[in-house]
Amino acid sequence: MAMAAADIERLIKERFPDALVSIDDLAGDGDHYAATVVSEAFRGKSRVEQHKMVYDALKGQMGGALHALALKTKAPS
Amino acid sequence: MSAQEVQDWISKQVASNDVVLFMKGTKEMPQCGFSMQVAQILNHLGVDFKDINVLDDVSVRDGIKAYSNWPTIPQLYVKGEFIGGCDIVREMFQAGELQELLSAKGITHNAQTLTA
Repeated sequence: MAMAAADIERLIKERFPDALVSIDDLAGDGDHYAATVVSEAFRGKSRVEQHKMVYDALKGQMGGALHALALKTKAPS
Repeated sequence: MSAQEVQDWISKQVASNDVVLFMKGTKEMPQCGFSMQVAQILNHLGVDFKDINVLDDVSVRDGIKAYSNWPTIPQLYVKGEFIGGCDIVREMFQAGELQELLSAKGITHNAQTLTA
């Protein structure tokens, strides 16, 4: 199973409308992505909390349809 | 093991080992690139850690995700606290924060930072 980059971006933006999202399809196989998400929502949160927020936005796809998503999150500087 | 027994077993591992890595494969032979990265970082820092191979037991593989409410493996625990998965551990290592955290928690390690 795989997931399109556009679907990942849509789910993240639904949850974090202000987010700047960039997604790279690392292997070109629709299964290994790297995503950077920059949103005010992350300010003051620990890295674990920030990543959990993104995983939550992906509605359980992470670890399922989405095998590998290298994630980088931060609040705007 | 029942789901509750698995949670109890995981709690015991996390409580009785200062540094625990739930990973795919072993520290000698990781079977996933993400698990390998975290094991390499810990080895590089000379940290003595217990590796738990989730591929040995599907109930542990599922149980650890429920334990931390975290969907992926590897998962690193230091003194009972969930630190993160591969991305977070790598980011913390590169920023020197992992070394600081280990020092703050009294875990022996060498003070190497990223070179090259």
